[in-house]
Amino acid sequence: MIRVIPSCQEVSELVSQAQDRPLTLAEKFGLYVHLPLCHGCRNFSRQVAFLRAAVKRYLKGDNAD
Amino acid sequence: MDDDTRPKLDYATLGQHRSYLMRYALLQLRDATAAEDAVQETLLAGVEGAARFSGKSSVKTWLTGILKHKIIDHVRRESREVPLNEDADGAERSDAEAVDALFVADGHWRTPPADWANPDRALENKKFLEVLEMCAKLMPARMARVFALREVMELSTEEICKELGITATNCWVILHRARLSLRECLETKWFGK
Repeated sequence: MIRVIPSCQEVSELVSQAQDRPLTLAEKFGLYVHLPLCHGCRNFSRQVAFLRAAVKRYLKGDNAD
Repeated sequence: MDDDTRPKLDYATLGQHRSYLMRYALLQLRDATAAEDAVQETLLAGVEGAARFSGKSSVKTWLTGILKHKIIDHVRRESREVPLNEDADGAERSDAEAVDALFVADGHWRTPPADWANPDRALENKKFLEVLEMCAKLMPARMARVFALREVMELSTEEICKELGITATNCWVILHRARLSLRECLETKWFGK
């Protein structure tokens, strides 16, 4: 069961899963109500996106070989 | 593509991509010898299959495609020899405990993720990329394997489930833990300084 406002732990799970599958409307709504109120989860959300970019950058290496 | 414009695909030419292929293989296999082997096999397969290179993609993309197959073969073999669920209970318990430690009982962060100064600039810093590599190596083996299949090989959750014989839910749980772990490590070792 999903409460109206998910906890930080649940939000962190949803933010992570959003990288791997489309979220349901209820899940999106949960993020929509939680994130504006929670600085830590907003940071987490940005950082998860950053991790993906960082792995890409790492693979690219120093030169564009 | 006619013969004049076709790039020369001998061993030396393909070898120019060796360092890229090694980074790619290392992040997935985490074992220098296995990575060397996979890259070597890829370059040889490239030379042998040069005639099949269509020129529609870059040589690098083409080689990466071959390497992906070599890596997946390796992961399959490894999963058969050292199944992911070997000691699953022990690994599962300690991974779950590591996540639980990040949150208090009501689901709030114990220490909320901090603001990171200039993450985009970090991406251009060689030292940062070394820290990223180190943090990836610190992840427990099965977590790192799933994370790399997703982020390095860019397999879908369904494909990962099929390769490793785990459920989608299990896969999402592992990826969540991997991201928490990597994030935590980068914050401690880089952004927290």
